[in-house]
Amino acid sequence: RLLGRETAPAEPRRELDDAMLEELEDMLIAADMGTETALRVTANIAEGRMGRRIGATELKQALADEITRIMAPVAQPLPLYPRKPQVVLVVGVNGSGKTTTIGKLASQLRAAGKTVVIAACDTFRAAAVEQLQVWGDRAGVPVLVAPQGSDPASLAYDAMVRAESDGADLLLIDTAGRLQNRADLMEELAKIVRVIRKKDETAPHNTLLVLDATTGQNALSQVEAFRRMADVSGLVMTKLDGTARGGVLVALADRYGLPIHAIGVGEQIDDLDAFEPDEFARALVGL
Amino acid sequence: MFESLSDRLGGVFDRLTRQGALTEDDVTAAMREVRQALLDADVSLPVVRSFVRAVTAKATGAAVTKSITPGQQVVKIVHDELIRTLQGDDAPETLQIDTPPAPILMVGLQGSGKTTTTAKLAKRLTEREKKRVLMASLDTNRPAAMEQLAILGQQVGVDTLPIVPGENAVQIAKRARQQASFGGYDVYMLDTAGRLHVDDVLMDEVQAVRDVVNPRETLLVVDGLTGQDAVNVATEFDAKVGVSGVVLTRMDGDGRGGAALSMRQITGKPIRFVGLGEKMDALESFDAERVAGRILGMGDIVALVEKA
Ligand SMILES: Nc1nc2c(ncn2[C@@H]2O[C@H](COP(=O)(O)OP(=O)(O)OP(=O)(O)O)[C@@H](O)[C@H]2O)c(=O)[nH]1
Ligand SMILES: Nc1nc2c(ncn2[C@@H]2O[C@H](COP(=O)(O)OP(=O)(O)OP(=O)(O)O)[C@@H](O)[C@H]2O)c(=O)[nH]1
Ligand SMILES: [Mg+2]
Ligand SMILES: [Mg+2]
Repeated sequence: RLLGRETAPAEPRRELDDAMLEELEDMLIAADMGTETALRVTANIAEGRMGRRIGATELKQALADEITRIMAPVAQPLPLYPRKPQVVLVVGVNGSGKTTTIGKLASQLRAAGKTVVIAACDTFRAAAVEQLQVWGDRAGVPVLVAPQGSDPASLAYDAMVRAESDGADLLLIDTAGRLQNRADLMEELAKIVRVIRKKDETAPHNTLLVLDATTGQNALSQVEAFRRMADVSGLVMTKLDGTARGGVLVALADRYGLPIHAIGVGEQIDDLDAFEPDEFARALVGL
Repeated sequence: MFESLSDRLGGVFDRLTRQGALTEDDVTAAMREVRQALLDADVSLPVVRSFVRAVTAKATGAAVTKSITPGQQVVKIVHDELIRTLQGDDAPETLQIDTPPAPILMVGLQGSGKTTTTAKLAKRLTEREKKRVLMASLDTNRPAAMEQLAILGQQVGVDTLPIVPGENAVQIAKRARQQASFGGYDVYMLDTAGRLHVDDVLMDEVQAVRDVVNPRETLLVVDGLTGQDAVNVATEFDAKVGVSGVVLTRMDGDGRGGAALSMRQITGKPIRFVGLGEKMDALESFDAERVAGRILGMGDIVALVEKA
């Protein structure tokens, strides 16, 4: 303190060796990146750096840069088309955050001057419709409903008709949660898509798969199956406001290259953010 | 999508089909594969580390008999240790709910399956153990959460506490306790709002509820598809609320269920039940053997080794 100036103590530098790489790898694994992708990502940054002396922050920064590089191409907002109504189908496993995300999305679209209609096609789960109606009220958007137990595909069709006659810009369709290994429920989803296409063969224009950040490597199998059955066009990851880091997105970007349209960061209506690769990468490596 | 442990170990031990005891080198090579298999199954990293340490100690020097390969021997040791850890000592489905009215507090992250599990468990207690059960939703947060529980209550024929708008969680808990004792119920179940373990306001709220009702059981409801975050969830909920048992949901999925091991190891509390679907009877008591086979990505091979 003699000079009255605070300087951060210089970070100790260590020679980059296998042990250090393994530590990095573990950090990525603990963020749900999966062993394979973690190994590949650390190997990439090791190239040309092995044996050199390097500080921990510098190393993490290199890692973050590498992750940003992988994620940048998939960071894309929900594309909007001139087509009216643009049909957005929202799918995913149970409890991932589909209904909440629709509420948030409807509110953002409304704020952007779009007219939106929501269809409550989860006719299965108890109070799913009531839940969505509350979100519709909050967002100031009408919600089309059918009695519990009725056919979701026919409600989807009715909603297409209604959205068209209302001249709505967008129709958001909520669906019941389903695990991807349930063939019957996946077939039900495929049927919804088929019926929508009877009305407009270019629809749905977006099929959003909602992933829960808490989920581990099973997210890979979710993307695989929903892509096959419902032609997923983009991803939303929810619950990134917790301690889960969502590292599986890196593996997914690597393998499928599907756009990531948004992330959920809370339970309130404004808690839907754009996916920022750099911010995501820094959080992943703890910077 | 992921290789099973025996496939992995097959590769490692193909070169060394000799007999005798497992050497330190054999074990070290094998443990790399064990570690990878557990991580692929979403077991939390710190749990993987301590598990591998324990298994290494058991495997080093273990005799390999004529009838099985060293790989199979390692699989057996790992499998046995997994079961031992997952199982614990107590009978899983026995809840401490003898003195009526016994409160059961259900806690967990958002969307983990608390409300559904509350209704499933209430149905089970009613039908199998002839208990009179009252359910109450303390979820003032999620839209239509209370209606959800009320509808499920009707479906399973279990009473729910009447909904009074404007009350907070502690007030509802007190009313539930009162209603449970006046109404002569054996058990009252408190379904709470989903919360993040790092949300201090909501964690304080559930502590306040706990302090008011003194739950006989506090069940942490965890998504069976949970990844590495399991370690944080288990640690924080146990430290802040104190859990007495775990329920794993969505075990009807094709996840490997490594969260089971993380939960068991970190909380030290039994996994009581697993959720196997959305229907109200899709709740079973925890079967350590089945989950162990699943974590390792194999069923039959283990049976084969056991015969050896
Ligand atoms: N912390 C947090 N919670 C969220 C987020 N998104 C949704 N949730 C909560 O997660 C829980 C489940 O959300 P829902 O929108 O009902 O999920 P869903 O996919 O529609 O569920 P099902 O229809 O039952 O399959 C609710 O408690 C939401 O408030 C998020 O980004 N962060
Ligand atoms: N496949 C399957 N789905 C389940 C299981 N348990 C619950 N669910 C589904 O998971 C979703 C969320 O369940 P909820 O009971 O609403 O979860 P919660 O923890 O009460 O959610 P919040 O109150 O929002 O925190 C619903 O769609 C349930 O039907 C299970 O064991 N298997
Ligand atoms: Mg929903
Ligand atoms: Mg609930």
